[in-house]
Amino acid sequence: MERTTIDLWVGFFVALGVAAILGLALKVGNLTSSNIGETYTVTAGFENIGGLKPRAPVKSAGVVIGRVDGIRFDAETYEAQVTLKLDKRYAFPKDTFANIYTAGLLGEQYVGLEAGGDEVNLKEGDKITHTQDAVVLEKMISQFLYNKASENKSDNKAAE
Amino acid sequence: MFSSLKSVIAKIGHNFIEGVWHLGAGGRLFFYILVYLGESIRRPSLIVREIYATGVLSLLIILVSAFFVGMVLGLQGYNTLQKYGSSEAIGVLVALSLVRELGPVVTALLFAGRAGTAITAEIGLMRATEQLSAMEMMAVSPVGRVLAPRFLAGVISMPILAALFSMIGVLGGYFVAVPLIGVDSGAFWSQMQASVDFREDIVNGVIKSVVFGIVCTMIALFEGYDAPPTAEGVSRATTRTVVYSSLAVLGLDFILTAFMIKV
Amino acid sequence: MSDNIVEINNLSFGYKGRLLHKGINMSFPRGKVVAIMGGSGSGKTTLLRLIGGQLKPVKGEVKVDGAVVHEQGREGLFNLRRKMGMLFQFGALFTDLSVYENVAFPIREHTDLPESMIRDFVMLKLNAVGLRGAHNLMPTELSGGMARRVALARAVALDPQIIMYDEPFAGLDPISMGVVCNLIRRLNDALGATSIVVTHDVHETFSFVDYVYFVSQGVVVAEGTPDELRKSDMPFVHQFVHGEADGPVPFHYPASDYKLEMLRG
Repeated sequence: MERTTIDLWVGFFVALGVAAILGLALKVGNLTSSNIGETYTVTAGFENIGGLKPRAPVKSAGVVIGRVDGIRFDAETYEAQVTLKLDKRYAFPKDTFANIYTAGLLGEQYVGLEAGGDEVNLKEGDKITHTQDAVVLEKMISQFLYNKASENKSDNKAAE
Repeated sequence: MFSSLKSVIAKIGHNFIEGVWHLGAGGRLFFYILVYLGESIRRPSLIVREIYATGVLSLLIILVSAFFVGMVLGLQGYNTLQKYGSSEAIGVLVALSLVRELGPVVTALLFAGRAGTAITAEIGLMRATEQLSAMEMMAVSPVGRVLAPRFLAGVISMPILAALFSMIGVLGGYFVAVPLIGVDSGAFWSQMQASVDFREDIVNGVIKSVVFGIVCTMIALFEGYDAPPTAEGVSRATTRTVVYSSLAVLGLDFILTAFMIKV
Repeated sequence: MSDNIVEINNLSFGYKGRLLHKGINMSFPRGKVVAIMGGSGSGKTTLLRLIGGQLKPVKGEVKVDGAVVHEQGREGLFNLRRKMGMLFQFGALFTDLSVYENVAFPIREHTDLPESMIRDFVMLKLNAVGLRGAHNLMPTELSGGMARRVALARAVALDPQIIMYDEPFAGLDPISMGVVCNLIRRLNDALGATSIVVTHDVHETFSFVDYVYFVSQGVVVAEGTPDELRKSDMPFVHQFVHGEADGPVPFHYPASDYKLEMLRG
């Protein structure tokens, strides 16, 4: 009976489909990198997070070591409270510096950690105190224009 | 002049009422199919046969089209991105457009043309040659025996085909970007992985293709079941399957995308 | 239990106000082969569909084995249909299944018999219609007459009490016609069933049926055994039996007077 060959083909077809979804998940998507086994959570306060989004990577020395878990606004300090999930394998000193960087000129934003020199390491629930805000392009441009204008003014004064 | 205007309005009204009528009949058929679904699941051999007819036989056209679509995306993407000096982002562009939109949508359009028309013509001819009547007279429900397994097979096949389309498309993009243009292979994959999210992009794409599977298969079944039992009737029904499926897929794609993108 | 397995009482049926049948009475005794004859378009096939419960009458009723068909729910209707087998005009074989699977279809759908028993049943039925050797063919590979015989084997697969034939001779060569006539009679007697044959082939039909109803203009115009009808001098029956072009059934579609129309033109 030809039913067996049809069964074979359909089995092959379904297997291909499963392989394609797995391929999409592992090779195209970020399912692997988001699967950072055991994690611990720390928070960091920023005055401005720019375009940082949940699930953005946390990198140290360019290596992904965690993910941004959540972002909320703290009404008391008027700061953004960012929770970071870090890989348990990596311990960071208490005075670690958290920056918000942009990948390339217009790329996505991520959190960069720079290790400090403290003897004590960060543990679950700790807060990173040394932070640097996201660079906001508009602010930078206006600052640049302001500087340029004041430079011109002083140049003019010197010329007089 | 006045009378011709009146006849145009009358015609529009007639078509509208006819459309609502069909929608209702289609909804009723959908309901019957859902009722018979349980019975149909207990006979997997029927579903396997239909997956072969709708899924496996559509494989070739899907894979070939996917590879070409991926290559075109690669070329076009490179053409634009290199002006901004970020040709590594080509992987991101190819993957996101395929996984989010082109994979599910183009697969659904090809499916309507390849499998949908086959379903409509087959069921229309079964009706025209009294095979469906014969089944009824043998106390077997055509909805349970003929329509429900085809419906299930369509709904199962579509996401598989769409996933394959996306995967092969990405490989097509890779083929153009890496060996032909010379983009760094590592950058291609890593940038892609950094911006394609499993839940937001891939799962949403799969959800879309399941919805398209339900809609395309349902339209094909209804048009076949509802076709007048003549050669002309069946051929018109086949055309309608393609037209209605395409419109429904594109319209639904907009609605689904609007739901999925959080503003 | 009444002697008639199927009874049609004062049945009216039509589409959109136009009546096709206007008060038809027929009865079909157990064990007999009964023909319903009439011109094309006289609603003979529709009668079979009314018996099978695929259509609902406007007035009157059809009783099968004592049960009123149009009052049955889905379950009841399906139970009634299990007592019936129907041969459609061109066989209506399932084109995606082989001859063997076509005949096995009703058995598979309604019983849980093991494959070996299904095989025995199917081969028995195919042997009865002389096509045991063709069990591996697909319906598209069969001639018209062979397809009709396979469909017949399928119709009697579950040993029905009523077998209905819709134009069993349409488009067959004389030899196949003779074969089908023979089969109808033989199967009916072997199964102890009742056969209802809808047809307009007078000579073939008269050779093997027990009783004939003539239908015209929505009513039964004549009935009797073939011998009675052959001798009948009713104009309609005479015209039908002898195949005359003009008579009570006019040659012309109703039209205005030809001479007047020509003059007007």
